[in-house]
Amino acid sequence: MNLKEKLVSSFLAFENKGVLDLDSNVHSIRSKAIQNFEKEGFPSKKDEEWKYTSLNSLLKHDFSLFPKTEKPIGFKNVKEFLINEIESYTLIFIDGVFSSFLSDTTHDDCDVCILSSALTRPKYKMVIDNYFNTIAKNNNSLTELNTAFSVEGAFINIPKNTIVPKPIQILNFSTGSEKEALLQPRNLVVVGENSHVQIIERHQNLSKNTVLTNSVTEIFVHKRAIVDYYKIQNDTKDSSLIDSTFVTQKQQSVASVNTYSFGGKLTRNNLEFYHEGEHITSNLNGISILNNKQHVDNHTLVNHKYPNCESHELYKGIYADKSTGVFNGKVIVQQEAQKTNAFQQNNNILIDDGATINAKPQLEIFADDVKCSHGCTIGQLDESALFYMQSRGIPKKEAKALLLFAFGNDVVEKIKIPQLKSRITKLIAQNLGVNLGFEL
Amino acid sequence: MLQVKNLHASINDKEILKGINLEIKAGEVHAIMGPNGSGKSTLSAVIAGKEEYEVTDGSIILNGEDLEDLAPEDRAHKGIFLSFQYPVEIPGVTVTNFIKTAINETRKAKGLEELPAKEMLKLIREKADLLEIDRKFLSRSLNEGFSGGEKKRNEIFQMAMLEPKLAILDETDSGLDIDALKVVANGVNKLKSKDNAVIVITHYQRLLDYIVPDFVHVLHNGKIVKSGGKELALELEEKGYDWLK
Repeated sequence: MNLKEKLVSSFLAFENKGVLDLDSNVHSIRSKAIQNFEKEGFPSKKDEEWKYTSLNSLLKHDFSLFPKTEKPIGFKNVKEFLINEIESYTLIFIDGVFSSFLSDTTHDDCDVCILSSALTRPKYKMVIDNYFNTIAKNNNSLTELNTAFSVEGAFINIPKNTIVPKPIQILNFSTGSEKEALLQPRNLVVVGENSHVQIIERHQNLSKNTVLTNSVTEIFVHKRAIVDYYKIQNDTKDSSLIDSTFVTQKQQSVASVNTYSFGGKLTRNNLEFYHEGEHITSNLNGISILNNKQHVDNHTLVNHKYPNCESHELYKGIYADKSTGVFNGKVIVQQEAQKTNAFQQNNNILIDDGATINAKPQLEIFADDVKCSHGCTIGQLDESALFYMQSRGIPKKEAKALLLFAFGNDVVEKIKIPQLKSRITKLIAQNLGVNLGFEL
Repeated sequence: MLQVKNLHASINDKEILKGINLEIKAGEVHAIMGPNGSGKSTLSAVIAGKEEYEVTDGSIILNGEDLEDLAPEDRAHKGIFLSFQYPVEIPGVTVTNFIKTAINETRKAKGLEELPAKEMLKLIREKADLLEIDRKFLSRSLNEGFSGGEKKRNEIFQMAMLEPKLAILDETDSGLDIDALKVVANGVNKLKSKDNAVIVITHYQRLLDYIVPDFVHVLHNGKIVKSGGKELALELEEKGYDWLK
C-alpha cells in the first residue's frame, strides 16, 4: 500500500475515532477534502507548481499518521526553542497533540487556544462556519489532505479593537515516538477590525527520526488590522515541512508573513495573499540559508483584486554545497486593481558550484495604471569586498560570513520583535558556521 | 622597515610591475607619483597581498620577513594598511561593527584578548574626533552612500584605529575638496611617528603640500624612473611626466 492509499483508507477510521463531536459542516468539509485528495493525489514534477520540487523520495517513507504520544516532554526539553526573553502566549503541540501543561493560553480579551476545542464547542461554531477552510479549499491536494485530517492546531480569534499585549508562539514538536511520522497541524487565525497580533511559529523535531509536517494556516485580517507572522524553520536534517499559509485581507489592513528557512531536508513555503478591499498592504519576506543537500521552495502568490493596494516581497537566499532553492513569486494584478504598487525582489548567492537556484518571478498584470517591479539576482560573493575586509585584518572566512550576514540583513531588519530579531541573528550566524563577534 | 626588491607582478599574464626597488625606513614618508597606468595602484595592491596579482619575481620584506606567502589579513596583522582609492561599499555592516571586528581579529592574531567594549567605544570616539567624523556616521553602513570625502575620511579613521606600521595611501586625495583634504592630511600627520612609515600614492602635488614626503619616486611603465626629495614633486607639477619617459 503506498502512502496515498494508506491515507485514504485511514480516513474512515480517523472520523470514526469519535474523539470529536463532529459538526456536520466540518464533517462534510473533511469528506469533500479526502475525495479531492484521492482524485488528485500528491503533486508531481509534472505539475507546473511543483516543477522544481520533488516529493518522490519523501513519499516513500511509511509515515505513521497518528504518532504515539507517550514520550514525556518537559519544559526543559523544549525551552531552547522558545523565545524566552519575552512574555508570550504559547501553544505547544507534542506529536500533534496539544500540551496544556507546557502551554499558556488565554480567553480573556481574545481567544488564544486550540482548534480541537473550537471545532467542538458551540461557542465557536459561528467562527468555524464563517472562516474554517474558506480560503484553503479547493487549493491543492496537500492542503486538501491537511483539511481531511484537520483536528488540531492553533485557534486564534481576536475580537475587534484589541491589541494582543504579547506575541503568540506556536510550537509543534515531534518526539520521534515513531520512526517516520506525518504531522498535519491546522491553524486558524481571525483578527478583528483595528486589532493587532504578532505570531511566531516553529516546527521542531526533538529526535533523529524522520518527520514530514504538512501544515496549513488560514489567516483572516479584517479592516485596519495588523498581523505580523514569523515562521522559523531550523529543523533537523531528516525533517521536512510543507507549509501553506493563506491570508485574506480586508481594507486598510497590513499583513506580513516572514519565513526563515535554515534547517530541515525539504521546506516548501506556500504563501497566498488575497485582497478584499482597498488600501491593503501585504508584506512577504524570507531568507534561506542552506547547505548539504537541503532544499527550500518559496512559493508565493499575491492576488491584487482591488485598487490602491500594495505588496512588498523580499526574498534572499544563500546556497552552499549541493543545496537547491526555488523562488516562484506570482503577482496577479486584476483589471480593477488600478494604482497597485507591487514590488518583488529576490537575491541569491551561490557559494559553491554544486548549489542551484531556480528563480521564477511571474507577473500577470491586467490593469494599466500600476507600479510593479521585480528584481532577481543570482551572484557570488564580491571578491573586491573580501579583499577590502582582509586588508583590514579580517580573515577570509570571517569576511565571507560578515558579507553573507550583511546580505541577509535587510530581511532581518523587518523583524519587529527585538528579542526575535536577535534570536534570528544568532541562528543565521550559527548556520553560516561562524561565531561572529559582532551584532548587526 | 619595508624592502621591495626587484618586484615583478602581473595580472592575467600581463606584466604590470617590471622590477621595482624601494626601501622605506621607520619614520619616513615616501610619495609615489606617476601617470595613469604606470602601476601605482598595482604596487599598493601587491604589497597588501591582493590575490589576483601574481608576483613573478622579486620580494617584499617587512621588518625582515618575506611576505610572499601571506594572505592579506596576515599582512594586515603584521602592520600593513592600505587605504583604498575606491573603498568598497558593504551594505548591512556598520562602520563601528566593521572596525570592531577588524581590531579584534588583529588582536586575536597577536594572541591578545578582545578589547573590552567600553575601551573600544572610547577609542572609536577619540579617533572619530581626530578625523572630525560625526558620531551618527559611525552607525551607518560601511561606505554605503558615503560621499567621496566621507569614504576617504573613513579610510583614515580605520587607519587611526588599526595603528599600522606601514600605511599605503592610494590616491587618498582623489575626490576630496580642499577642506576635506586638510582634515585627512592632518589626521595622517598626527598618526605619523618615528616608528611607522607612510607611502603616499598620488597624481598631484596638492596632497604633498600637507603630507610632506621625505622622498618622491616617479613610477613609469612598471619601474621607478626617478627618485628624489620633495622638490621633485614640485618639478613634476611644473613639467608633467613627459620629460622623464
